Amino acid sequence: MKPAEETLSAAETNRYSRHLLLPEIGLVGQQKLKAARVLVVGCGGLGCPVLQYLAAAGVGTLGLLDFDTVDDSNLQRQVLYATTDVGRPKAVVAAEKLHAQNPFIELRTHQVHLTAANALELFADYDLVVDCSDNFATRYLVNDACVILGKPLVFGAIFKFEGQVSVFNYQNGPTYRCLHPTPPAPGEAPSCAEIGVLGVLPGLVGTLQATEALKIILGIGEVLSGRLLLVDALGMRFQPIRFRAVTANQQFTALAADYAAFCGETPSADGAAQAPEISAEELKTWQHSGRPLQLLDVREPHEYAQYHIGGRLIPLGELPDNLAKIRVDVPVVVHCASGRRSQQAAALLLAHGCVTVYSLRNGLADY
Amino acid sequence: MSLKVSLFGITRDIVGTSVIELPAPAPATVGELLAEMRKQYPALGELRSCAVAVNNEYASLDQPLHTVDEIALIPPVAGG
Repeated sequence: MKPAEETLSAAETNRYSRHLLLPEIGLVGQQKLKAARVLVVGCGGLGCPVLQYLAAAGVGTLGLLDFDTVDDSNLQRQVLYATTDVGRPKAVVAAEKLHAQNPFIELRTHQVHLTAANALELFADYDLVVDCSDNFATRYLVNDACVILGKPLVFGAIFKFEGQVSVFNYQNGPTYRCLHPTPPAPGEAPSCAEIGVLGVLPGLVGTLQATEALKIILGIGEVLSGRLLLVDALGMRFQPIRFRAVTANQQFTALAADYAAFCGETPSADGAAQAPEISAEELKTWQHSGRPLQLLDVREPHEYAQYHIGGRLIPLGELPDNLAKIRVDVPVVVHCASGRRSQQAAALLLAHGCVTVYSLRNGLADY
Repeated sequence: MSLKVSLFGITRDIVGTSVIELPAPAPATVGELLAEMRKQYPALGELRSCAVAVNNEYASLDQPLHTVDEIALIPPVAGG
């Protein structure tokens, strides 16, 4: 943390009076919060409560990293966003709401895809990173960048009714790779979009993350380092699991070139063949032309029920057992919601022997 | 002796319950436990990444198991 040189105005002293009363925080602690610079990766379910509580607590500089826009399906749990915000960039909307809540802090928006090319530069300006992302590739990237730069990382992740919270890379403590050395195979751990999530769960897990972030900045309490807290909302049980550092995981000096490939999310250049992409416009032209086409929708049935474009529904997880239903001699265009699952499906189809396979770029988002 | 295993994440979905009991003769090590569970639930065998905790501590495959041990299968989750 930067040295706490920040002074508090009279208005700030009033605002933070309940902190100032606590001997564990007091004026010195509140000045530490004001001097702190925290980057929140992902402004979704977890990011919303993390941002709200860190902003309210007076963390002086908050970075909001998210390239996505607000969707109707976010509103069930992403409590910073209103119905009228649908379609607007999450980082921008969140910054507006947080500024209204606390005008005394600086909010920096980063509307970018986090990649190995920009992570180190983005993280360098912050003291602490909170991982509120929603996929394994980003989580390994965030971890590795924090290890390389020596930044503590507050981790939180959710699945249906369960959560996991921990602090990595804190005072030479263990890292994400010490916990999960091998990324799961694609489809092994379904996402919230595929399997659903209890709306309040990210609130529960995100406030735990915010608590750890504040403790780290303030230097109080026992930080959740070397312990993975399992949160089970259905059983309402909180179970910490101890784990140890593996030295090799603490000695990264460079990022991997392609984290999506590392996590098997897109076929790598030297792995399975990658299908070319087709734009929504090109697909529509093709559909109108009447030329032969097998349109395959690899989303889940509940997504299909909401909206579809006439493709044959075979969810990605069921595709390996249903490849016989696809003709290899007729061109296939495969699509999902965003273009990620369809790339995995396209790789399966190419391996199956389909001669011509396209993946719809950006999925139905562009159609 | 029998063993109780708590299930988290996708392992809970695969097995269909949050706790299962493995009847005697119970597996003697973490590795044997995983092999036995994969025999009963082949989908568990497809998981590339799944940690095992014994008595609230990460365990290696050769760790011996006892009836009183609290065992948990903990796959990684990424949702946010």
